[in-house]
Amino acid sequence: MNLNLSWMAWTWPTAIFFIVITLLLIGMGAWEYISPGGNPRIGILRFETTRGDRLFVSLLGAAFITLAWLGLIGPSLWWALALSVVYAIGVFRLV
Amino acid sequence: MDKTWNNKAWFMVLPVLVLVAFSAVIPLMTVVNYSLQDTFGSNVFFWAGTEWFQQVLGSPRFWNAMGRNLIFSFIILAIEVPLGILIALNMPRRGWGVPVCLVLMALPLLIPWNVVGTIWQVFGRTDIGLLGYYVDRAGIDYNYVRDPYDAWVTVILMDVWHWTSLVVLLSYAGLVSIPDAFYQAAKIDGASRWAVFRYIQLPKMNRVLLIAILLRFMDSFMIYTEPFVVTGGGPGNSTTFLSIDLVKLALGEFNLGQAAAMSLVYFLIILLLSWIFYTVMTNREAGN
Repeated sequence: MNLNLSWMAWTWPTAIFFIVITLLLIGMGAWEYISPGGNPRIGILRFETTRGDRLFVSLLGAAFITLAWLGLIGPSLWWALALSVVYAIGVFRLV
Repeated sequence: MDKTWNNKAWFMVLPVLVLVAFSAVIPLMTVVNYSLQDTFGSNVFFWAGTEWFQQVLGSPRFWNAMGRNLIFSFIILAIEVPLGILIALNMPRRGWGVPVCLVLMALPLLIPWNVVGTIWQVFGRTDIGLLGYYVDRAGIDYNYVRDPYDAWVTVILMDVWHWTSLVVLLSYAGLVSIPDAFYQAAKIDGASRWAVFRYIQLPKMNRVLLIAILLRFMDSFMIYTEPFVVTGGGPGNSTTFLSIDLVKLALGEFNLGQAAAMSLVYFLIILLLSWIFYTVMTNREAGN
């Protein structure tokens, strides 16, 4: 079977992006398997979050950090990526 | 009693995962791919990097459409939620009136969006439409094709007519689930009508109201068909909401890259606002 996916206009950068997201989800699945329950806790936002919630908040926040960087500073996104990683670490430790 | 964990249950979710993959994930991946490239058709793409995102984020056209969308969602939520609760409170709880009211309330929800748009397009016309004709006869200068204010009033009235029923039906479902014992206890305590509403009915409707507000917010933020049929986004750009602008950009101007970038920004904003709504309301409920 010839599966033609050219209409999806794949590029290496976007493929890597989705591979990273998929690996993150697989990693979270493995984490849940090893330590079930989602590690719920109440952090600085004063409501209960599981580690899945924290990943969601990290990814959503990273998307907005990137957009804000693009809109306010410029097209080079390496610092935005670094900021997103710091933000995600903060979310996983404090939220 | 501890529940038995059975991981085979995950296989039961597989069909839904496959459906979601085909209906949402694959299109989303394609939009991400398009948002970083340019095309002139024939499946030929050129790498554009983040250029489209920068154009969208720096475009007054995008922010104006966003502002109009936020104002529209705020207005219709401010009207539909209290009005829906008020109608639900006054609907009969038993007898022949119940099915009659439920059917009447369900009717607008059964009408397709484009038909609703067409109905209101005719209804608002000053020459043949019932509303337009009598408003005009009353001496009010009403013309939704020419006047942006009239266009907004028409689009809001249309949305209220179409969707208040959803809030009514959900609120009613919450109200009928309250046992009579609650009302009897309130009567013994001499509770006022307001106290019954504030301390019995409103808390019991919390969950359904959360669903109603979420659904209405997301729907109104993505509204396309009805205003497109009635006003076409005009007069000028006065009722051009984000979705209408997106279609103009993608299909009218065949600017697929910029349209893809715009739809991703639009998607992220809806995701963020829905998450905030959901989190605030579920935690308020948990607090109660």
